[in-house]
Order: sequence, then structure tokens, then C-alpha cells
Amino acid sequence: MQSNAAVVAALAAELQAADFYPPLLADVKVSWERRLVKCVNSMAAELGLPLARRRSEKERSAVADKWAELSTIDTDLSQIRPVYAPKDFLEVLASLRNPNYDESYEENLWGMIQLPIKVRDHKGLVGVLGELATCCHHLGLDENAPGELRPHLTLGAERLMLATQVVERNHGPLSRELLKHGCPVGLRGALWRQVLGVEIGPKQEEHFEHLRQLVLDHDLLVDRLVMKDVQLTASNDDEYFVFEDLLHQVLLCFSRDSAVLRHFDHSPASPALAAPQGASPTAYTLVAYPPAGVIPFHGFAMYAAPLTCVYEDPMPLYFTFREMYCRYWSLLHVISSHSQGAAALAMQFEQLLQSTERQLWYHCSALGINLCSIVFRWLVRAFSGYLRPDQLLQLWDAVLAYGTLEVLPVLALAIVSFRRQNLMDVTAQQAAEAVLADISNIQVVALLKLALSGDRTHDLDT
Amino acid sequence: MSVRITYCTDVEKSVLTNNFERRGWLQVGPDEDWNFYWAGAQTCRTLFSVDSGYRMNDNQLISHFPSHYELTRKDLLVKNIKRYRRELERDGSILAERDGTGRYVHLDFLPTSFMLPADYNLFVEEFRRCPNTTWILKPAGRSQGIGIFLVNKLAQIKKWSRDNKGSFNPSLVKDTYVIARYIDNPLLIGGKKFDLRLYVLVTSYRPLKAYMHKLGFCRFCTVRYDASGQDLDNMFVHLTNVSIQKHGEEYNSIHGGKWPVRTLRLYLESTRGKTKTDKLFWDMEWLLVHSLIAVAPIMASDRHCFECYGYDIIIDDQLKPWLIEVNASPSLTSTTANDRILKHKLIDDTLNVVLPPDGVPNVHWNKVPTPDRYGDYELLVDEELHQLQQEHQQHHGTGAAAPPAGAGQAAGASAAGSTAGAFKAKYGDKYSNPRWK
Repeated sequence: MQSNAAVVAALAAELQAADFYPPLLADVKVSWERRLVKCVNSMAAELGLPLARRRSEKERSAVADKWAELSTIDTDLSQIRPVYAPKDFLEVLASLRNPNYDESYEENLWGMIQLPIKVRDHKGLVGVLGELATCCHHLGLDENAPGELRPHLTLGAERLMLATQVVERNHGPLSRELLKHGCPVGLRGALWRQVLGVEIGPKQEEHFEHLRQLVLDHDLLVDRLVMKDVQLTASNDDEYFVFEDLLHQVLLCFSRDSAVLRHFDHSPASPALAAPQGASPTAYTLVAYPPAGVIPFHGFAMYAAPLTCVYEDPMPLYFTFREMYCRYWSLLHVISSHSQGAAALAMQFEQLLQSTERQLWYHCSALGINLCSIVFRWLVRAFSGYLRPDQLLQLWDAVLAYGTLEVLPVLALAIVSFRRQNLMDVTAQQAAEAVLADISNIQVVALLKLALSGDRTHDLDT
Repeated sequence: MSVRITYCTDVEKSVLTNNFERRGWLQVGPDEDWNFYWAGAQTCRTLFSVDSGYRMNDNQLISHFPSHYELTRKDLLVKNIKRYRRELERDGSILAERDGTGRYVHLDFLPTSFMLPADYNLFVEEFRRCPNTTWILKPAGRSQGIGIFLVNKLAQIKKWSRDNKGSFNPSLVKDTYVIARYIDNPLLIGGKKFDLRLYVLVTSYRPLKAYMHKLGFCRFCTVRYDASGQDLDNMFVHLTNVSIQKHGEEYNSIHGGKWPVRTLRLYLESTRGKTKTDKLFWDMEWLLVHSLIAVAPIMASDRHCFECYGYDIIIDDQLKPWLIEVNASPSLTSTTANDRILKHKLIDDTLNVVLPPDGVPNVHWNKVPTPDRYGDYELLVDEELHQLQQEHQQHHGTGAAAPPAGAGQAAGASAAGSTAGAFKAKYGDKYSNPRWK
């Protein structure tokens, strides 16, 4: 009998050999990634700044002094523009066409995303996320209901007791199971760390301090992009502005963390590369730039911002953010056919809309209203900045609990369905945007349940 | 009965007029026949003064109590709370219990304060007792952070008094100042100091009926807090008033330094745990209620009046709330988009609570709105409702606390805690057992 290890090895070899994405997509992906690098390079040229430089001793101590208030460091950011915004990214995705599609009989021709990606339909999603709809008591909804086991307590109190015991076990799969039914706010930090396998110990402490030293040592051009992004997003956000200094710390460290590179091993994206000053770019001289290989886009800071409401201390915040990014959020801004990549999620939204909200879908397509382009910015940011923090964290609970980003298109669909009547009343794109402009009062769990309850494809034909 | 309600206001703010017009009310002048007057505090005092000779009819409502200054003037607030504690102590109430160091256990929510010049000697005594304290001086009758400064040396006070009036002879000094212990260990979030603005609506003082609005917010300083005491002169560090912070370089006009209280709660619950957070919010309600009970006996509780107060509270790093001051006319100016939404909602909810179900002001209405009219208000205390509920219980045995018909069905239905019970129902434990935690 073959040993398990041998089976795994064979499988891995097979996977590596297989063409992971269609060649077409791979080409676009490469040219997109090149475009981003080029953009950073031309910005460097325009501003006359090197991509990276060592700080002088004086600068170094100035940054060290201001470590706790990095937002007040005087850097001229007026010339800095975000490399790209979700809108630009969507344009690229929407422009992709598969030459093998036969327009005469392929069905999904109305959608914005035209890629041969297989995504789960409503039924498939119920299969994966069904527990969310069927489990009758969810902490996000029934906190004040009587407990299931101890009716004299509230559900909130009961689950808190349960969760305390779960946290003590320190066992990822168990914590994950608990998250499926909602997360007691006070234990979210611990539970998330357990689900993500993030440990905080002397090793991490050392690593974080090392990153801090790197921030003090080097001034990267990408830092300006990061700072500009925090300035444009979190610093202007009603909910997160309080934490702008913390976000600076976390994100500047992130750019320098070469451990982030490891996620590219099993991600469809590849790291951004640059040659050191004076060297010509060859396969031998190119290094990841920034060291993490990730070029921030407009809104990148919002992947970290909600965590400021969970962790007070920058270290657990940092490692949780890094792990979440590498596992999930990184997929949201790469061009790939990955079933949880941005393209697939956008397409999934469109297909869900068509299959479950047929009337609305018909209304929109007849009038040329494109809901996908409105919803896309929610998806790319995993809704961060659009929902209230408590609701957003509940959404992210679900992402972690079910280990899938498919929760995002489901929520997008649910929101659109929830505002169906208002959308049916509008006749222009701009008016539809207005209907969906403010989703801050959305109740996430209730809507997810609604979207997943039963098979909704039937009743909508009537 | 379709009566067109007439309103009058001398506070021309869009959140007010929008709300009135949305209800189809008709604006009239103060001398005409009005039903509803959103007045400035001074207007209200004038109207109620003996000289004005104005007599209100049964269908009139005005947005202040004539003697609101008992609560909202810094010196009188201090005086009234001190008196309230003394009275309780005299009656041997457990509420006035003190610990070993002489601090009140349950009623220690006001930083140690003295009136200047009247209490100067008392202050000096206290100052000598704890010499390393920073003190904050505020003119008693001003608002928006005007005339406030910090001191940590007695010499500074002496110099200030010399510069100002020459001496502390009470007969020579017109302005009363309040000097209070400065909370120098405030809870910092993101390294910055903040205070809370909570809105409290009082519809009657006797019996006491008060509501707290859920949409309170935290106001942040734009500059990081420095506890070393070197920065005593930089008011951007210490004062959170928007009217001050607005002039800082770092002021952001999109959020205006305002952070929702519900996010504060989320943050604290995530980082400090539920027990501590619940206690903090419980303590804040306690503080609100007792500050009102303290002034209730001396307030002119006119049935034509209601008042929406802006409470300023600072939380220290031990998660203990401190009452800083109470404003009778909290700003209705909207500095940001969210502010406008909040204040519009605040006024709308206020009108729903103060108006009888038929929408026409009426002094004979018992001022017990059904909970579905609360909007984002939460009941803090309603002595009348509580009494009704108790009588009802006596009539129908001690079983289920079904509310009397007058209180409306929903009172019992929304058993989810705060909206259901009147004050003593909610705080009853504390009356019987002061060591509640």
C-alpha cells in the first residue's frame, strides 16, 4: 500500500504540472503585475526618489521618537497617487474575454465578467454555508434570547461561558466550529488567533522588533503609498481614525516583512520585483520590492483597520492581519481564475443575482444598470469601511469560520435583494449607486441567513 | 382632530426647522400663539420670570426648565451634588457610604471640586493634602472651553487672582470659577484623550422621567496625550471641545474627531472584556441618574417643560466615568455629515418622546410614552411608570410584571432589559445591596 506521504507528494507534483490558469489569464496577470511595478518605478522617477534608501542617523532617531505617532511625521504626500483603485482593477477583469467562448450558445453573456471559471451556484453555497442559515441561534442575531442549554441566562452569557472553555483548549478546529455560531466580542481576538494558527511568543516579539528596526533603517518609496492610503481611507473614516498611528506601524512593518513572500508559493499572484540601485534587472539581481512583494492599492489599509477594534496591542494585531491577508485578502486583488479570486467572486455575484433575483436582474440589464460595478468595491475590500465595525467583524467571523471568501458575494447579493424595491424604482446607474451608497446600517447575520435560506430560485419566477 | 401645530424657535438651526417642517408644523413668532417653543435657555428664563407676565396654556411645550442652571452651571452642579450626598448621609442612606479614606463609594463620580473664590481656603487645604495634583479652572457660567486653564502650583493660582481681580475678596470678584481635580489618568485610545458626549432627555423632574440617547459620541483630541504635565498650556492636548479642536492644525473635517459610543463599546469589550465594559456603561447610567436625582427637588418641574442635556463625561484608565459638566443647550450645529444625521435623529426622537400620542402638546398627558416611541432613546428612570408597575403587581400578585394599560403593551413585550423597567426595577439591587460588585 502506498504511504500517505507518497500520495501527497504525487498529488503535489501533479498539481504543479497542471496548467493552473488558462494561458490567457496568465498573460494578463503578468502584464498587470508589470504595470504596477512600472507605475511605482515611474513614480520614483517623477519624484526623483529612490525605491529604497538607508536613513541617516538623524532621520532614524526622528522616526524612532515618533514611533507612536507616525501619522505626524512630516512627509510630503501631495504628489503621491494610489497605484490603482478597485475600479481600475475591475476594468481589467471586465476586459478579459475568452477567445474560446462561443457567443452563439454560451449562456452567461450578460455579465460583466466573462471568464470560464466554475463557481458555486446558490445550491452549492447552501451546501457550504448552509449551517449559517440553519443553525437557529446565532450570536450576531439573538444575543439577548434565552440560552439554549440554560434558559435562565441570555444566549450571549451562555456562549461566553462556552467560548471561554473553547479558548482554553487552544484548538483551532474547535474554535472555528464555535465561530460558525457567532463570536463573543470579548474573545474574538483569542479565537481568531487560534483559527488562524497565530501564536504570540518571544519569536514573534523578536520578529516584530526586527521589522520595526527595518522601518527605522530604511525609507521605502512604498511607505509613501502606504501613508497616503491610510490618510485617504482610515484617517478619514468615522470608525477608524482613532487608530491611524497604529495602522501606520502595522502597515509599514508589513511592507518589510519578507515572510509575506511565502504566501506566493500557493497563491496565483507573484511578488512585485525590482532590481537594486545600479544593477540591471536580471533574474539574478531582481528582489521582491517592497520586501513583502505586495504593492498597496487604494484601500489596502482597510484590511488592517477593523482589527484595531479587536486588538489593542500592535503585535497580535500585526500577526493576525498578516495571516488573514496571506490566507484570504490577497486573493481579492489578483487576476486569477482561483475560485475565490476577485474575478470568481464578482462572477459569482452576477450569477447569483441572475438565478435568485431574476426580476431585478432583468430590470437592471434592460436599463443598462450594472450592479456588479457597484458591488465590486465592497468585495475587494471584504466590505471593510462599508459596514459598521461590529457588523464587519461578524462577517469576517464567517469568513474564518467557513474558510471561504464566498461569504462576500452572498452578502452582496443579500444587500441588493434587501434593497430590491428601491432598485426596481430606479432607471439609471447613478440612481442605483445612490441606493447602495450607504450600507452602514446593514445587519450582516440576518441578511446572510436570508440569502441562504431555502432554495430561492423557485419563488422568483412567479 | 387635525390641528396645525405652531412652533417657534430662536435657535435657527436646520436640524430643528427641518424636523418641524417635516411634521407639517407652522412657524410663528414668539408673541403669537405657539404650541411648541424650541427656545434658548435665556428666553425660557425670561418667559417664566415674574415680570414677563406670560401665562402658558395647556397646549404649550418649551424646550427648557426655567431653573436648569441648577444642573448646568458648573458651580451649582457641584453644590447640589455635595448637598445631595450630605442629605443622604444625614438620613443614613447606604448610598452615602464612604470607604476608609473618606471617599463616597457609590457617589464618587464628580472630581473633587471647589468654588473660587468662595471655597478658596478649603481648596488650599485640599491642595496641600495632595500636592502633586493638577487642577483645572473653569469659569462657572461659560461653555465651549472658554477661559479654561490648568495649574499644578499654588503660586499659579495666586498670580492668576492678582492678575485678574486683585484679590480673592468674594465681594470684589464677579465671576465664579470652579476648580476641579484634573483627571490626569484619562483612558487613552490610539494614544489620544477623549471625552464622551451623551444626550439625556428629561421630561419631568417630579416624578423624575429621563431617557438616554444611544447615539452618543466620543470627542477626541487631535494631539497625543502627554501625562508628564509639561504640556499644561497646550489646550489641544487637554480639551476635547470641538470648538477648540476645530482650530488645531490636525483637525479633520470629515469625522471632526467624533467617534461613536457603540464603537467605543465594541473596542472596550474586545480589549477589556464584557464584564468591565458592562460595568463602565452601568456606572455611566448610574452617574446620569444620580446627578438628576440630586437636582430634582430644587428644580421647578413645570409640566410645560422638557430639556435635552449634553452630558460631558471622562473615563479614566481604570474605566471609571467622571462627570465633567452638563450643557443645557448642546450644540445643534452639524460639523460633519454623520453629525447631521445624528442630530436630526436626536431631535426627531426627542419630539416623539415629549409629545403625546396624538402629537399635540398637552400638559394633562401623563408623559408616559410607549416604548415604540423611544426611537434611539433608552429609559433611564421613570418614577411614575415604576409606581404604576408596582401597583399593578400588588393588584395581580407578585407574578409576572405585566405593565399597566397606561404604560402600553410594549413595555412588557420588550423585556430586553433597559426599556422595560423603571429606574428602581432596574437599579433595585443596588438599593438593597450597595456592594453589588
